[in-house]
Amino acid sequence: MKILITILLICVPAFAQQIGNPTTQQGVIPARGVFAIRNARIVTVSGADIENGTVVIRDGKIEAVGTTVNVPAGAQSIDGRGLSVYPGMIDAGTNMGLVEVPQGANGTVDTSEVGELNPNAKAITAVNPHSAHIAVTRVEGITNTLTAPTGGLISGQAALINLLGTAPKEMAVVPQFALVINYPRVGFGGGGFGGFQAPPNLAETLSNNERQVEQIRKMLRDAEAYGRTLDAYEKDKTLPRPDRNVVLEPLVPYVRGEQPVIFRADREAEIRGALKFAEEMKLKPIILGGNDAWKVASLLKEKNVPVILTGVFSLPSREDDAYDILYENPAKLQQAGVRFAISTGDAGAEVRNLAQYAGMAAAFGLSKADAVKSVTLYPAQIMNVADRLGSIEPGKMANLVVTDGDLLEIRTRIRYLFIDGRPVVLTSRHTELNDAFKNRK
Amino acid sequence: MKKFLLLFVVLVAGSAVHAQPNETLIKNATVLTVTRGTLTNTDVLIRNGKIAGVGKNLTASANAQVIDATGKFVMPGIIDAHSHSMLDTINEGTLAVTSMVRTEDVLNPTDVDLYRGLAGGVTTLNLLHGSANPIGGLNSVVKIKYGRPASEFLFPGAMPGIKFALGENVKRSSSPNTPGVTRRYPNTRMGVEEVIRDAFTRARDYKRTWDEYRAASAKDKNLIPPRRDLQLEPLVEILEGRRYVHAHCYIASEILMLINLADEFGFKIKTFQHVLEGYKVAKEIAAHGAGASIFADSWGYKIEAYDAIPYNAAIMTRAGVVVSMNSDSDERARRLNIEAAKAMHWGDLTEEQALKLITLNPAIQLGIQERVGSIEVGKDADLAIWNAHPFSVYSRVDTTFVDGAVYFDRAQDLARRPELAKERATLEQAEPNKPPARGAQSPNTPRRRPTTRTDDEIDELEERP
Repeated sequence: MKILITILLICVPAFAQQIGNPTTQQGVIPARGVFAIRNARIVTVSGADIENGTVVIRDGKIEAVGTTVNVPAGAQSIDGRGLSVYPGMIDAGTNMGLVEVPQGANGTVDTSEVGELNPNAKAITAVNPHSAHIAVTRVEGITNTLTAPTGGLISGQAALINLLGTAPKEMAVVPQFALVINYPRVGFGGGGFGGFQAPPNLAETLSNNERQVEQIRKMLRDAEAYGRTLDAYEKDKTLPRPDRNVVLEPLVPYVRGEQPVIFRADREAEIRGALKFAEEMKLKPIILGGNDAWKVASLLKEKNVPVILTGVFSLPSREDDAYDILYENPAKLQQAGVRFAISTGDAGAEVRNLAQYAGMAAAFGLSKADAVKSVTLYPAQIMNVADRLGSIEPGKMANLVVTDGDLLEIRTRIRYLFIDGRPVVLTSRHTELNDAFKNRK
Repeated sequence: MKKFLLLFVVLVAGSAVHAQPNETLIKNATVLTVTRGTLTNTDVLIRNGKIAGVGKNLTASANAQVIDATGKFVMPGIIDAHSHSMLDTINEGTLAVTSMVRTEDVLNPTDVDLYRGLAGGVTTLNLLHGSANPIGGLNSVVKIKYGRPASEFLFPGAMPGIKFALGENVKRSSSPNTPGVTRRYPNTRMGVEEVIRDAFTRARDYKRTWDEYRAASAKDKNLIPPRRDLQLEPLVEILEGRRYVHAHCYIASEILMLINLADEFGFKIKTFQHVLEGYKVAKEIAAHGAGASIFADSWGYKIEAYDAIPYNAAIMTRAGVVVSMNSDSDERARRLNIEAAKAMHWGDLTEEQALKLITLNPAIQLGIQERVGSIEVGKDADLAIWNAHPFSVYSRVDTTFVDGAVYFDRAQDLARRPELAKERATLEQAEPNKPPARGAQSPNTPRRRPTTRTDDEIDELEERP
């Protein structure tokens, strides 16, 4: 019996290679089907952990979860003894797929359009499904990212994607999830390298800041008016037919509060500014960045505005800040009842380390369970897709990670990965280069 | 008397690190010795700055400070073999060879990121010149004695070193072409080789001139010595094996170039720094006898980093290369424990091999392995107490010792926060610090260099007008 178990255990990784196709081969996508992960610890995230449970996946969705679940006939079965099943991790603050090499290869950078106001720049248009970053990231258990443009004042629209697919359309979970606004920063003198800077004139800085906010306000007001004109024409075709405007048109659902607006803001003044602006314009705000969010916690709670924290691993901005001020930020928001998610805030290469950002927050006050939620269910809730992503429940998209230990621990390995119910082979540009050179004599 | 006593207490609190017991006993910890395995329920005795005992049920003198470390982990202080912390400036980039400049001349002991490093269990840094030129400036190896003058930071007996650099930064790939301004030579990896060859050719001649002078002056006391050349002197030290070369590099071809060149001139590269494609030429690096000091998993941030893989540490370690993991960043320096653990995740290094990446191996690379890098009797008491295994993402540092003195203590740090907050509030209320009324100039405050940047990025920033 013992020998049998040993053989089974040895066979597990080999079996992983049998299901699905090598997806680093461009254009190849593993087929959906019926799969059962048996006798595993299931961290549902939304409910209690299930010991010795089974998860059944059918045609892209989670069909059943529990201890008394029957394995359907013909299901491809995975022995989950000693393994844990988690929902795939979600990083809600990246430029995944928009940048291949940020420095020295401008041709591979598609993050920032020319000019200040580009609501019609859509990340989903430029996401490169064949970027090496995508496979490198997903093999570490990250199944989804919010990928956002970065430039100007209104950067464009962010997309929530699955890290699998041969075309942007196949990857998209929510192709146009949110409008991204860089909330204008007050009093930044530029430069900032060593020694004494020429002090910026405060009045000039403030009026410049107000001018930038006014630029955003004007465009959003124009979009409101444009939306009303379209509506009026729809009701009464005898009215003059309004000209279509490709820049204002995408803004209509955002100015009507139907879809969220992400404000990039790290410092207290900008967070408060963004909250005030969002209220004035009746927008549905999300704060992205949020280094000073703990200082604004009660207001964020009161307005029920969520924060996507990207600075857990940033150095404190002031010399007299406590050394752990940003490690503790998530725990402080949790205590204050503010909704939050943890993100790497990275363009692509660093996104695979998302688990460590959450783990560090747990080393500094956040509970381990909340740390897992901060990279699974919480970002799903913030992005309004908790009916599809972020936890292990029947009916949800089968984005699952099977590990040999605690999801956030560095030494833990990912053993199986499902995205959209498709078993993804755990190879990437990095595993391929490793295979090519590890035995070079 | 009471007043005097009060004053005394305040003084001590204000300079916590300066009054230290000369004996400390850490009781009942799990000790990661690095060289002698993991010892459970073990005591570590520190006396006069050195490790005086490692074992069970050790006793200390009556006035020793005793720390109950039950459930906690003790590991050697982390050694960061590539740092630019506490340097007021990093690159002398105007010439292709700047071996005459010294990082030792620009040490800022008040850099707060030093304290943040201590809070991550780091105790020793290799402070390197930037990567703007094929042959850069001289390094400084320091212990983080935050709160002490710069002169006390210098690690006594550490091997002198120098920074070399190859590839994109040296070629100034990211610098814009300014019309009317001639680009600095070199502009290609061919030119980089030529610059280093030229410098060592001159250094060899210079050494010969001095050798001949010394031989001749033994007989004739009236000979005039050759003119000193501050640029070539460090290169002569390299030729004579008295100075370590730490060479920034990325791609396989440039690594092989420098190995061939060093072999030709008869000197050794002590470490290849970053060496992202080291895994492609691991056997050549091992055969030369060079070490490698790398990132755990940084990749893709520029073209020459596009083939970087996180298995680099494992492949080179198995080929026999002494590998360390460095930060090159004051931010990353705070979590080198996590970086080292990644070599277990990617590439299956053992726990001991992974621990060595941030302790004994960088010590070897800096020539300080007899002093630090493991927990052994007789070594410097540079160590940290962690609340969990340092390879756990959930761990954090409780206390960090340098030469047996506490330079970071989380409990003390937490205890001081209300006092600091009060002090800050008072200062903000002071008239000269109040924000100016609308229309006035804001206060003229010095701004520090951005500390999260690596030398790569700093190069770029410094060059922009």
